[in-house]
Amino acid sequence: MSTMLETKNLTFYYPAEEGRKATAALRDITLQVEKGSFVVVLGHNGSGKSTLAKHMNAVVLPSNGKVYVDGRDTCDESLLLEIRQRVGMVFQNPDNQIVANVVEEDVAFGPENLGVPSRQIRRRVDDALAAVGMSAFARHAPHLLSGGQKQRIAIAGIIAMEPECIVLDEATAMLDPVGRREVLETVHRLNREMGITVVLITHHMNEAEEADRVIVMNDGQVVMDGTPRQVFPRVAELHDLGLAAPATVELMDQLNREGMDLPLDAVTVEECADAVCRAFGIGQEE
Amino acid sequence: MLKDITLGQFFPGSTLLHRLDPRTKLLAVVLYIVALFNATSVLTYGILMVVLGTCICVSKVPAKALTRGLRPVVVIVAFTAVINLFFTGGEPIADVFLLRHISAKGLVTAISMMLRIVMLIMGTFLVTYTTSPISLTDGLENLLSPLKKVRFPVHEMAMMMSIALRFIPTLIEETDKIMSAQKARGADFETGSLIQRANALVPILVPLFISAFRRADELATAMECRCYNGGEGRTALHVLRYRPVDLAVLGGFAVLAAGMVALRLAGL
Repeated sequence: MSTMLETKNLTFYYPAEEGRKATAALRDITLQVEKGSFVVVLGHNGSGKSTLAKHMNAVVLPSNGKVYVDGRDTCDESLLLEIRQRVGMVFQNPDNQIVANVVEEDVAFGPENLGVPSRQIRRRVDDALAAVGMSAFARHAPHLLSGGQKQRIAIAGIIAMEPECIVLDEATAMLDPVGRREVLETVHRLNREMGITVVLITHHMNEAEEADRVIVMNDGQVVMDGTPRQVFPRVAELHDLGLAAPATVELMDQLNREGMDLPLDAVTVEECADAVCRAFGIGQEE
Repeated sequence: MLKDITLGQFFPGSTLLHRLDPRTKLLAVVLYIVALFNATSVLTYGILMVVLGTCICVSKVPAKALTRGLRPVVVIVAFTAVINLFFTGGEPIADVFLLRHISAKGLVTAISMMLRIVMLIMGTFLVTYTTSPISLTDGLENLLSPLKKVRFPVHEMAMMMSIALRFIPTLIEETDKIMSAQKARGADFETGSLIQRANALVPILVPLFISAFRRADELATAMECRCYNGGEGRTALHVLRYRPVDLAVLGGFAVLAAGMVALRLAGL
């Protein structure tokens, strides 16, 4: 598989106040994101995960090191539009990223900027709205939609640019559980069906359950990197970083501390239920 | 209380007037105004009233909405009428008290002035009632685009207008939220003198402005992420296109305006 995103010794300082030493928001990060993968970046507030996300489509440029998008250096200003067309970004507050006051006009915003011919914009808008399941709302006013629906419109606006990768920068943080599920299901489907690379920045552990890869950040550095089954069993380390494992793993960890012997890599609810049942010898008869 | 504000006065519909190209409507209203200011006689006012009446009937905009639009200007209309009534020179109508100051000519001027203002407002309101703010902005941008040659930022103006329209409901909602939050902490917006009430608004405006700036910043980033880099090379989902009916309407209004000028020159 080829590489979608790559950072090489990426270090970033936010401009410091007068007379103070700038602290690094990102320290020496080197990682690669494969094309078509679903990567979740976890970390508590101030761990640098949002800053990392903003490097991925040149909203922020590295202080040191390099970021490559599909082989393109983000520092090269002439490649800016190419990079941003390839990597779409969905932000936290749905209200602050919707530009137009009709849904389809908003979805059309990206392709319009790219200079796509009108007839093709029509097709892209219809396809993008269908892909996020919002076709019925094409003529609605965005401010009357729910949070989850607004975020799906924002995602549609990105899809309409036909990107190869979507970065969701805490896009679920302001949503209720229903809205969060809507958005997650949408990005998982896009990842599966259209092969779009997804980088999901979040602090909700359970959003990482179905990811291909989990990256845990702390203090501007990558501290854990692996599949959910590799990362979540390290419950004690996660607790030290101020993070919790998904509720399933936490439950089994508690049970283990009470003297049981459960495998901590049963991450999803079903697997966890199976593991617990097996340990108690229930449900074997069928 | 803030929910009552109706912004944009668009009455959605699918009548002929609604389906006209926004540019047609804007140009037609300009021609209509030219015609209106050249109308001087009963005949010409009569023609214009028929035209306006037909447009209103076709648009299916409720008559109430049109008269409501007139309410804020009643004072101006009355003032103009009174001034014209008393200060136009000429032979007085009769030698009794107030009538001594009123001439027949003044009476005619007053009535025609009143009609002119009322018809002017009704005509322009009819355009905003039948055109969505978005297409009105699109139309304006398109009509003003020749000004780009003299470096007038037409696209930027249109973009600003449409973003402002987009954020009005969001900011109203936010104002409501802030007001509730301040009320919950004992703020009083309803009593006291005018100055006190104005002062009470400061704790609403400050957070509102701060949040509006933050929103603007985030929106700008989001727009850049979606490859926005000015009006250069932009295409549009909905392309404005003159249809035969647009040309017919425009032609009609051009004839109307020219006819009015001709009639005035002919002294009718």
